Amino acid sequence: MIFDDDMETLPREELEALQLRRLKGLVDRVYANVPFYRKSFDDAGIRPSDIQTLADVRYLPFTEKQDLRNHYPYGLFAVPKDNVVRIHASSGTTGKATVVGYTKRDVENWATLMARSLVAAGATKRDIIHVAYGYGLFTGGLGAHYGAERLGATTIPMSGGSTKRQVILLRDFGATVICCTPSYSLFLYETALESGIDIKELPLRIGVFGAEPWTEEMRRDIETKLGIKAIDIYGLSEIMGPGVGIECIEAQTGAHLQEDHFLLEIIDPVTKEPLPPGETGELVITTLCKEAQPLIRYRTRDITSLNFTPCRCGRTFARMHRVMGRSDDMLIIRGVNVFPSQIESILLETQGLTPHYQLLVKREGNLDTLEVQVEVDEKIFSDEIKNLQRLGGKIQKHIKEFLGVTAAVKLVEPRSIQRSEGKAKRIVDMRNSS
Amino acid sequence: MKAEQISIFLENRAGRLEEVARLLAEANINIRALSLADTSDFGILRLIVNDHEKAKKTLKDGGFTVGRNAVVAVEVPDTPGGLHSILNMLSSQGINVEYMYAFVQQSSKAATIIFRFDRTDQAIEVLTKNGITIIPGDTLYSM
Repeated sequence: MIFDDDMETLPREELEALQLRRLKGLVDRVYANVPFYRKSFDDAGIRPSDIQTLADVRYLPFTEKQDLRNHYPYGLFAVPKDNVVRIHASSGTTGKATVVGYTKRDVENWATLMARSLVAAGATKRDIIHVAYGYGLFTGGLGAHYGAERLGATTIPMSGGSTKRQVILLRDFGATVICCTPSYSLFLYETALESGIDIKELPLRIGVFGAEPWTEEMRRDIETKLGIKAIDIYGLSEIMGPGVGIECIEAQTGAHLQEDHFLLEIIDPVTKEPLPPGETGELVITTLCKEAQPLIRYRTRDITSLNFTPCRCGRTFARMHRVMGRSDDMLIIRGVNVFPSQIESILLETQGLTPHYQLLVKREGNLDTLEVQVEVDEKIFSDEIKNLQRLGGKIQKHIKEFLGVTAAVKLVEPRSIQRSEGKAKRIVDMRNSS
Repeated sequence: MKAEQISIFLENRAGRLEEVARLLAEANINIRALSLADTSDFGILRLIVNDHEKAKKTLKDGGFTVGRNAVVAVEVPDTPGGLHSILNMLSSQGINVEYMYAFVQQSSKAATIIFRFDRTDQAIEVLTKNGITIIPGDTLYSM
């Protein structure tokens, strides 16, 4: 099934004509309304009228996550604040969150793209959709919610946490579709078993999973255990939220990116040059329709490739390969984006010095765990246990408050943290090695 | 009247304590008294040695985090009630014992208890006033 037949199956030529029309309008808009873009266009010596073909997008300057932080909170808005009806923000230490604004039309477009996504995943308006993404500043919960309502399905705004209760309601309400992180679905499965409930026996038939990287093995595991179809959804809050791309249930081979709204490029993350179709590199997205906070050539940092071959579902939108890695050091812990620099600034604020630290990411059972190892030097050392334990507790509390992720804090001896080539190795990610 | 103690941060894993003992042995340092406090992840080893300066340097060079703290060494009669009478004096003044450890001297009828107080100076004052023998650092290190 296809929600938006006119758009989702547009022949490539017509799609590109539409993209070019929208791109031209976009560069005019941002040049006129966003001082940051006016300046960066001027610095690059480019005028909006220089954009004559889609390929000309390569002459436009990039937008990085840091640009959003530098213009915190409203500096990149392209419309008067009165027209902004919604704000979302990613986690970050004080003053460093990335903020995204939406106009009424942006929220409507998002709902439509999310509704398209749910349909591509196999959902219909007769479904009962259990949304277990967190509701709040995080885009997951509300994004999925509006899409499910736009589709006309029965929507259950469950949000995250209270896993035992989720299991009971999953059973009692008879949800047929669930939206959450893939690892959480397995956690739900196990929690259900402990309560004597086998999710396989429930009416649940589709899982729409995103916000964290996962593998084909994990998909098979989820599909077997829960007795459902597991569909990968792609999105990032800077661009919109969930629904930027979605796998179709017919092929399940990469998320169709919604190209009528997003202009895609794959670049070499080092040279920043565009790569030919099919090559692996960093995904760069230009938002063609966003009103409140359009982004030009946003560097997603996700490493992937695009597949333009026709899909058996009938959609003409390119499919992106599963994210193969990151071109920066961002970690995704249970759906929460964590940068080592954020941990570093929390440690700095907690004890007023730059300690040596290391982040250890593991998958225990089906949940990601983050362990922050902090070297105990003479400045923070105490001969009293309670002082050291208090320090560990304080660091843990600050990480939870600022980043929204629970970390185990372990105090370690100096120099016990591996150094590579003289530089501290900050991250040990053991999730894919076990 | 204060005595000195060194404290060492140890990860709770095999071989760490042995490493401390090895470094001290190689530096020809004698341990007079010790206590080890442990949690599931880490421990704190506290030592009274015959040469704190040298011990600290040796362990630091060996990669350990080392602290130096002021403690009070108190002579306690090696009889029932000996410890109680001392703790009673302190608690009546609201002085808290952060931790303590004891050893019995071979040649004496008294035990020595090493105290770490929350208010060291006040504790010394209370003990002295009550006629309790406080062992000076220099005596302690060479006992």
